[in-house]
Amino acid sequence: MGKTLFEKIWEHHVVKEIPGGPAVLYIDRHFIHEVTSPQAFTGLQKRGIPVFRPAQTIATADHNVPTLNQHLPIKEELSRLQVEVLHTNCAAQGIALYGLGHPFQGIVHVIGPELGVTQPGMTIVCGDSHTSTHGAFGSIAFGIGTSEVEMVFASQCLLQSKPKLMRISVDGELSEGVSSKDIVLYILSQITAAGATGYAVEFAGSAIRSLSMEARMTICNMSIEMGARCGMIAPDETTFSYIKGRQFAPGGEAWEPALAKWKKLFSDDDAAFDKEYTFRAEDIEPMITWGTNPGMGIAVNAPIPVPNGTEEKTAFEKSLAYMGFEAGESLLGKKVDYVFIGSCTNSRLEDLRLVAEFVKGKKKADGVEVWIVPGSRKVEAQARAEGIDKIFEKAGFQLRQPGCSACLGMNEDKIPAGKYCVSTSNRNFEGRQGAGARTLLASPLTAAAAAVTGVITDVRTLLTQKTETAEAFA
Amino acid sequence: MNPVKIIQSRFVPLPAENVDTDQIIPARFLKATTRDGFGKNLFRDWRYENNDDTKPKAGFPLNNPAYSGEILVAGKNFGCGSSREHAAWALQDYGFKAVVSSFYADIFRNNALNNGVLPVQVSDAFLQEIFAQGADTELVIDLEAQTISIPATGKSESFDINSYKKTCLLNGYDDIDYLLSMLPEVEAFEKQPR
Ligand code: SF4
Repeated sequence: MGKTLFEKIWEHHVVKEIPGGPAVLYIDRHFIHEVTSPQAFTGLQKRGIPVFRPAQTIATADHNVPTLNQHLPIKEELSRLQVEVLHTNCAAQGIALYGLGHPFQGIVHVIGPELGVTQPGMTIVCGDSHTSTHGAFGSIAFGIGTSEVEMVFASQCLLQSKPKLMRISVDGELSEGVSSKDIVLYILSQITAAGATGYAVEFAGSAIRSLSMEARMTICNMSIEMGARCGMIAPDETTFSYIKGRQFAPGGEAWEPALAKWKKLFSDDDAAFDKEYTFRAEDIEPMITWGTNPGMGIAVNAPIPVPNGTEEKTAFEKSLAYMGFEAGESLLGKKVDYVFIGSCTNSRLEDLRLVAEFVKGKKKADGVEVWIVPGSRKVEAQARAEGIDKIFEKAGFQLRQPGCSACLGMNEDKIPAGKYCVSTSNRNFEGRQGAGARTLLASPLTAAAAAVTGVITDVRTLLTQKTETAEAFA
Repeated sequence: MNPVKIIQSRFVPLPAENVDTDQIIPARFLKATTRDGFGKNLFRDWRYENNDDTKPKAGFPLNNPAYSGEILVAGKNFGCGSSREHAAWALQDYGFKAVVSSFYADIFRNNALNNGVLPVQVSDAFLQEIFAQGADTELVIDLEAQTISIPATGKSESFDINSYKKTCLLNGYDDIDYLLSMLPEVEAFEKQPR
């Protein structure tokens, strides 16, 4: 019988199978950041051992950094301390650090792919659940806890049990105004926030194939929101041409052999999955979440669902009370206080270009605060080079400096209690963007539509308007 | 790590489902560089009125003096969301030795096991059975036998745990000791053409 993409990579990395237990899995790349690494470094010190393969670890500061005035010392004392500890630890262990001020700095899941560190066929881990993002390149990439960070430091290996395998296919063509963020929010609304727990998920189908690398990353990024151990997409020409020429990509004579290996990375026709889902791209509309987990999503013009049965009722009531919404009502026209375009889900150049294209000549609505936080210094620099910063400035949007920012509100970028934020990030948990903050997850376009209208809007109504005016002047 | 064998204790019920790690320990408390002291911020925003730890929310189970014990019993899909191990540290630091639920998120399950907090997965029916018990009911979790029981009703159920992890917990071993013993094999693996 044939093999799945996951199995091909997995088998290549098993150092040893422990009878009745997990496998010792070799890790090719390890990313670290300031929040989940300090205790792992301390653990090594206590054991008196060094990092085993420091060259395979890359560090950045992202979770806790300010997004304004990054050239100044970090004001918040504990945040500054975490970033300083990261510097000391990396220097002591010989780990490359792209910290504040470095031209490669940015959100860990944005910089890995952008620098060509993330490559097909690899095993990639980070003390961060959205490590699943890197699976878009056809790698096994998953988030780990701090004890596991310490294991990778100590041995470049992890003890892992093989997950079950799931394939989610999306076939057909996406409609106008619908993007990869809508695909993943749609899948989540269909299979729930625990729908893929225990599974490694491969995304396939013609709609997925047609996506750019950046759009594929958005989907794999949120595979963890379905509970998946990892999400992955088989590499193809889109993948190869994205990687070619990047900083740490195989160059010169190393390129062809690498490419030959990567081309073998796909699920064989007769490979078996434990579970399969198929969706039609045509059924997907611009999505938005109304509740407090990412599975609570609806088409933006649909009513909030009415719970079915008592168990669902309790969960719904708690979420609705937190969000200040009612079952059965429409979100269209609801007032928005903040718009956050950023996070490892949607802060890449493509996202910023799309938003800039849409807001060109428009202005943000009064009473809405709009933060655009690029995923990396490179994204920021390129956006400025293309004049995107000017478009945002004219629209009244704030273009800030790279970091996780309001995605998790560890720095100053918090949404105040009770306020509504349309956010391109990945989690709408209670308090995620600040204590009491109310998050509605959506695509960059839907977020931009809320920014210019000040209310929840079906972005398609604005896109048609644009075409009509264009025609009127033609 | 301390060995885990039998946990016999009353329990704290938290019937909510999809309890994510942002609720177990909100992001603003992740700024520490050590593993200690997270217990006081466990379920912080559910436990206290906004940002003020002098005003406990009366309805929250951890604030209810009737409940106590080393076992937290929670609704399904416990520990979803962020990979922060701080969630497991907070539970352990608060004094919980086991969590009982009908479903766990993967990363949380690993993090808990790596910190000697036993994630016991039971059927939905058994979970409801536990929630139906009064505040002074004891539960007994026997890791060796892989069973959880309610002595007061005589009901019991067995649970799954991977045999490697079970050995580690029973003996208080951790994975790093094992991995360090593997280093020669890892080096040999690295030298293979791949
Ligand atoms: S942007 Fe948000 S989800 Fe992504 S790594 Fe940072 S905190 Fe995590």
